[in-house]
Amino acid sequence: MKNSILSIIFILFASLVNAQQSAETSPMAFDMRSNGKIYVVVAVLLTIMIGLILYIISVDKKISKLEKE
Amino acid sequence: MRLSWWKLTSIFLLLYAVVGGMFLPVPELPQLGETIRNLYYHVCMWFAMMILFTISVIHSIKYLRNGDYTHDVKARSYAGVGTYMGILGYATGAIWASYTWADPNNPAYASFGSIMREPKLIGAAIALLIYGAYFILRSSINDMDQRARVSAVYNIFAYAMLFPTIWIIPRLLPSLHPGQEGNPALNFNDIDSRMRMVFYPAVIGWTLLGAWIATIKIRYTILLEKKWNNNEK
Repeated sequence: MKNSILSIIFILFASLVNAQQSAETSPMAFDMRSNGKIYVVVAVLLTIMIGLILYIISVDKKISKLEKE
Repeated sequence: MRLSWWKLTSIFLLLYAVVGGMFLPVPELPQLGETIRNLYYHVCMWFAMMILFTISVIHSIKYLRNGDYTHDVKARSYAGVGTYMGILGYATGAIWASYTWADPNNPAYASFGSIMREPKLIGAAIALLIYGAYFILRSSINDMDQRARVSAVYNIFAYAMLFPTIWIIPRLLPSLHPGQEGNPALNFNDIDSRMRMVFYPAVIGWTLLGAWIATIKIRYTILLEKKWNNNEK
């Protein structure tokens, strides 16, 4: 008796969890995150940002050098 | 060479905006999905543009008050970088809108051309064109003092035109673009607190980057002027 009540509660709980999962319709990037490929995107973005920042620093340096002359 | 503190702040905040903007949690909304992260980049372009235009018009007013030529150079450079960021904001917005606004079931929003017929976008385009005219006006006057004075006055007009074109008229007309009732991304009711953690630092970072580029342009222009003056002697 006790076992059957527990199992019914468990089944109810499980169905609830399922219902919640199907209710989430907004397609977020679960796949990219779960298999770790989002890190590739961030690495690419960081490379571009660091590259641009290094470029602007080098231009800044060149101007400083010219100003000293 | 040691970088000054605000340049280091800009670098740090921009790297944080890229990493935090990609990894930190965002609210899950229908239609937007993961593209909501564009807030850290697309909206920041417009914020940076507005701040840079404000700096530009302050320098224009200063020029008109004391006639110091460097203020004219500064006003021109800040307006240039601001316009550039506005164009980037427009381009990123066009990409974002074409993936989130397009609706094959609604004929009014089926094609890219119909999406772009938005009061906010048209207002932003008008504002950018007014600033485009600022640069054309500058390059059309040969006399240095006259150019500086006329373009300083025009810059004040262009700045004043920003308010009806990008702040007032879009608020009066229905639009798909968010921010209809209030200040987009500043209103405490419509931006998630988790997103504010990245958004505000990102705004500061992009603005400082714009200011950095502008200062490089200013220094270059002043050097060029010095060189010409030396050649004439």
